[in-house]
Amino acid sequence: MMISASTGGLHQTKWYEYAARFLFGGAMTVAAYLIAKHFGPVVGGLFLAFPAIFPATATLINNHEKERKQNQGLDPGCRGRRAAGADAAGTVMGSIGLAVFAIIVWIFIPRAAGWLILPAALAAWMLTAAAVWFVWKRRPWRS
Amino acid sequence: MIRFLTGGAVVSAFAVIGDLFKPKSFAGLFGAAPSVALATLALTIASKGPQYVSTEARSMLLGAIALGVYSLVVMRLLFRAGVRTTIVTLSGVIVWFAAAFGLWFALLRHAT
Repeated sequence: MMISASTGGLHQTKWYEYAARFLFGGAMTVAAYLIAKHFGPVVGGLFLAFPAIFPATATLINNHEKERKQNQGLDPGCRGRRAAGADAAGTVMGSIGLAVFAIIVWIFIPRAAGWLILPAALAAWMLTAAAVWFVWKRRPWRS
Repeated sequence: MIRFLTGGAVVSAFAVIGDLFKPKSFAGLFGAAPSVALATLALTIASKGPQYVSTEARSMLLGAIALGVYSLVVMRLLFRAGVRTTIVTLSGVIVWFAAAFGLWFALLRHAT
């Protein structure tokens, strides 16, 4: 399947669902800061990769998929759960990119300016995650 | 307040970008976007310096491995077990804590 982008998913999301993700994101950022302040950066750093909004996002995907099937007059069955499962599969691959992001910041941030390293690490996250996804999608080891 | 607003904005931006894409497995990549990390580290560089940020990033590597384990367990449960998505994703957070602190205990408990 090819990658496509559309704003259809945005129209399905309700204002309070956007607000919930904003609140979760903001709260997690403050929590990560407070944990680092209390327990130090070694423990605090763990929480920079905490699945803060994953449960909310997966539940949204589940509900939107069910709604979509019901609006088509079809029985949603386990389609919502399977859509959320596919999202989780993507997150597994994205976490490999996240590990690369962390390695780049860990090694290079003491040696170069932050404004250079953080965007470079972000680009490395995206490229790694997308590359892993493409390899997984093609599954060359299966042919 | 600045951390809250910055974190909320960055996390929301990545979530919206994820909503744009299909298939769902590709959109899911954005579930592991470094959104909280970007907001936190950008502000921390200014206040605590690069060595502190480097230490946080080293621990974040273990957190990222824990996130991979968590999402793998959640994925398998969602595909195979008939449990509700909310219950699976929320109770699965225990897996993240076990993996993250297990790795921390094994590798970084004496680190400063």
